[in-house]
Amino acid sequence: MDKPHPKRKRSRQRRDVALMVTCLADLMRPSVGFAAIRLLERAGCRVSVPEQQTCCGQPAYNSGEIDAAVPVARAVIETFEPFDYVVVPSGSCAGMLSHHYPALFEGEWRDRALALAAKTWELTRFLTEVARLPAPKRPPLESAITYHDGCAGLRELGVQQQPRQLLQEQCGAQVQELSQNKVCCGFGGTFCARMPEISGKMADDKLDDAVASGATIVAGGDLGCLLHLAGRARRRGVDLEFRHVAELLVGEPRGPGIGDGRE
Amino acid sequence: MKLASDNFLQEASAALNAPEKVARRNLLGQFLPLARDSAASKYGDFDALRAHMKRVRRHTSEHLSHYLQQFEEAAVQHGNQVHFVADAEQLNSKVLSICQAHSARRVAKGKSMVTEETGLNELLLKAGLEVLETDLGEYIIQQAGETPSHIVGPAFHKSLAEIRQLFLDKHKLGERGLETASEVVEEARGILREQFLAADVGIIGANALVAEHGTSMLVTNEGNGDLCANLPPVLIVCTTFERLLPRAEDAMALQRLLVRSATGQPQTCYTSFYSGPRREDDPDGPLETHIILLDNKRSDILASDYREILDCIRCGACLNHCPIYIGVGGHPYGWVYPGPMGSVLTPLLTSLEQAHALPNACTSCGRCAEVCPANIPLPDLLRDLRQDESVQRIKPARWRHGLRLHAWLLRHPALYQRFTGWAMRLLGWLGKRRGAFRRMPFASGWTGQRDFPAPEGGGTFMGQYAARRRRGVRRG
Ligand code: SF4
Repeated sequence: MDKPHPKRKRSRQRRDVALMVTCLADLMRPSVGFAAIRLLERAGCRVSVPEQQTCCGQPAYNSGEIDAAVPVARAVIETFEPFDYVVVPSGSCAGMLSHHYPALFEGEWRDRALALAAKTWELTRFLTEVARLPAPKRPPLESAITYHDGCAGLRELGVQQQPRQLLQEQCGAQVQELSQNKVCCGFGGTFCARMPEISGKMADDKLDDAVASGATIVAGGDLGCLLHLAGRARRRGVDLEFRHVAELLVGEPRGPGIGDGRE
Repeated sequence: MKLASDNFLQEASAALNAPEKVARRNLLGQFLPLARDSAASKYGDFDALRAHMKRVRRHTSEHLSHYLQQFEEAAVQHGNQVHFVADAEQLNSKVLSICQAHSARRVAKGKSMVTEETGLNELLLKAGLEVLETDLGEYIIQQAGETPSHIVGPAFHKSLAEIRQLFLDKHKLGERGLETASEVVEEARGILREQFLAADVGIIGANALVAEHGTSMLVTNEGNGDLCANLPPVLIVCTTFERLLPRAEDAMALQRLLVRSATGQPQTCYTSFYSGPRREDDPDGPLETHIILLDNKRSDILASDYREILDCIRCGACLNHCPIYIGVGGHPYGWVYPGPMGSVLTPLLTSLEQAHALPNACTSCGRCAEVCPANIPLPDLLRDLRQDESVQRIKPARWRHGLRLHAWLLRHPALYQRFTGWAMRLLGWLGKRRGAFRRMPFASGWTGQRDFPAPEGGGTFMGQYAARRRRGVRRG
C-alpha cells in the first residue's frame, strides 16, 4: 500500500466542484441540492452551481428521442467541462453523463463527452473516494433506515457500499437491507407513466420489502425512485418516510419527507 | 404463431390482477436468480467464459458463409440432408413434405422454439397428422391448448394443481388420483413412452451446430429429445444459422454458459450430439435425417445494428431477472419469445408497428444485461427500438411531442427556469398541507397509480439559490 507522502498535502487544497443539481432536485426537492452543497463544502470543496443547467436529457434519451437529447447533452458538456469535478446527487443522471453521453457522439464531441465522463461523480461515491467528510459531531440517527439502490448507480457506476458506509459514519446508522435489493422499483422514467400498472406492482413489491425490513425511513440516491415510491406509499397508505441520502448525511432532517405534508 | 403483442397492456393488466399467479411468479423471480448466481459463482471466472463466447460468436458471424459451408459439407457427408428455407411457410411445407414422403401419421416433437415461431404444429395437424409435444412443459401446454410462457420452462405459469386437474380431465386415469408431483410426472412419462415408439417422424431443435463435424448439439433434462431423435425412423432438426459455432469445444463452452444461466445446474441430464442417420454397425438411430435451417429475417438482423441479438443462446436468464417479465408473465408479450430478449426479437422478426409496446416494457434497469451469458446489451437494443418507434412515427404523437418540447425547453435555461420557478412555487403552495396530490392535470399516467408528491415549497432550487446569492447568503 502506498504511504502518505508529504506531497499528498496537495489533496488538502480545495477542489473545484460543480454541482449538477439534477432536474428533480431542482424542481421537487431543493433541499437535496442545498444538502449536497453543504456536504461538499464540509469535505473541503469549493462548490459552484452553473446557472445554465437544467437537466441531463434522460427523458428524451430513454424514450428513443435521441436527436432531441443530443443538443441537450451538448449544452450540459459545455456548461460543466470547465470544472475539475462534476458531482451529481443521482446515480441515474451521473450514469447518463458517464456512460451514455460518449455513445451519443463521434469525433471532437465524443472526446469532450469522454473528458466530462472522466470527472463526473455520483455524490456518495465522490464523498467516499475523492473528498472525505470529517467525523460528525452529532448523536446517531434514531430511526431505522433501509436503502433503495437506484439501478443506474448500482449497475453503471458501482454505487452500493458507498452510501451505506456514509450513513454508518455520518449518522451511525446500520442499513437494514431489503431482501430484493438489486431489483428495480419500477420508476424507469417515462416507463412509470406509459406502463403505470406494471410500475405500480413493482413499487408495491419494493414497499412491502421495505416494510418487512423493519425500517421507518427509506433512503436512496435517486429522486426519481423516491418520488415514485413515496407517491405509491401515499396512495396505499403505507407509513414510511422517504429521503434522499444527502438529506440524512447533512444532519437530522427537519422538513417533511418526500410526499409528506405539514399537517 | 399468431402475433398478439399489440394487446400487451391489457393482457399485462389481466395478469397483474390474478394474485395467486403473481405470487408464484414472484417466487420464481427470487429462486431462479439465486440458482443462477450460485452456479455462476461456483464456476470460477464465469465472466471470462462469457467474454470468450462473445469473441467466438463474433468470429463466427463474421465468417458465416465459410462456417455454413463447412457445416453443410460435413453434415451431408454423414448422410444428412440439409435444407435452407427463407421463412415460416417454407419451413412448414418442407417438414410436411418430408412427413408425407414417408406416409407419416405420427410426429413426436422435442422442444423447439423455431417451430413455435413458424406455427408448425398447426399446419401438421391440419394436414391430418398427429403431433405430440414430448417435453413435459410443452406437453402440458399442448394438452391445455396454451402457448409457452417461458423459453426454457414453457409451463412455468401452471401450478401443480392445475396440471393435475388437466391430466384428470384429459387422460383415462381410472382409479388413479395423481396425488403427488411424481405421480403426475409418471403419468406423462407413461403416455409419452408409447408415443416415442409409435412415432414415424421425430422433430427436434438444436442448441448449437458444430461446423467442423456437421453435428448438432441438444441439451435437455428429460431425455425426450434423444428419444425423438433416435426412435422414429425419420429425424428432422429445425434450427437457424445463428446456432452455428466453429468447433465442438465451442459448443461445450456454450453448454457451460447455457445450463448455468438457465437453471443454475452445472450440467443438464443429457447433452447429445447428433451426426446423422444410423450407420451400418449402429445399434439404433433414425434411417433418414434432415437439418432445416430457417432464416426468417435473421439475415436482415445480421446486416443491421441489432445483430447482437443473434448471439442469444435462449437461456431465459434475462426473463428470470426482468421485473417486468416476472410481474406480468410471458403471455402478455403476445408471441413466442417474451421478456427482454423477446422484446428485442419480436419486433424484429414480426413487425415493430404491432409489437412496439414491447421495447417500452423496460425500465432500463440493466439486470438482464448483467446476467446475459451472451453479453447482449439488451437495454441498449431496446432503446434503439424505441428510437425506431419514434422515427417511424409509431410512438403516440402526444408522447413524442411532449418529450421533444421538454427537450427544447431544456436548452433555453432562462425560459425553463422562469416557467418551472413559477409552476413549482404554485404546486408547492397548493400541496403544502397534504404533501401530495391525488390528481394532477396532464399527469394521469402518474396519478393513476400513485399520488404526486408536492414540491418542497419556496420554488425551485435554482430560483432559491439565485436569490440567496443575491442576498449574499451562501449557507442554508
Ligand atoms: S438474451 Fe441473453 S439472457 Fe436472454 S435468453 Fe438470450 S442469452 Fe439468455
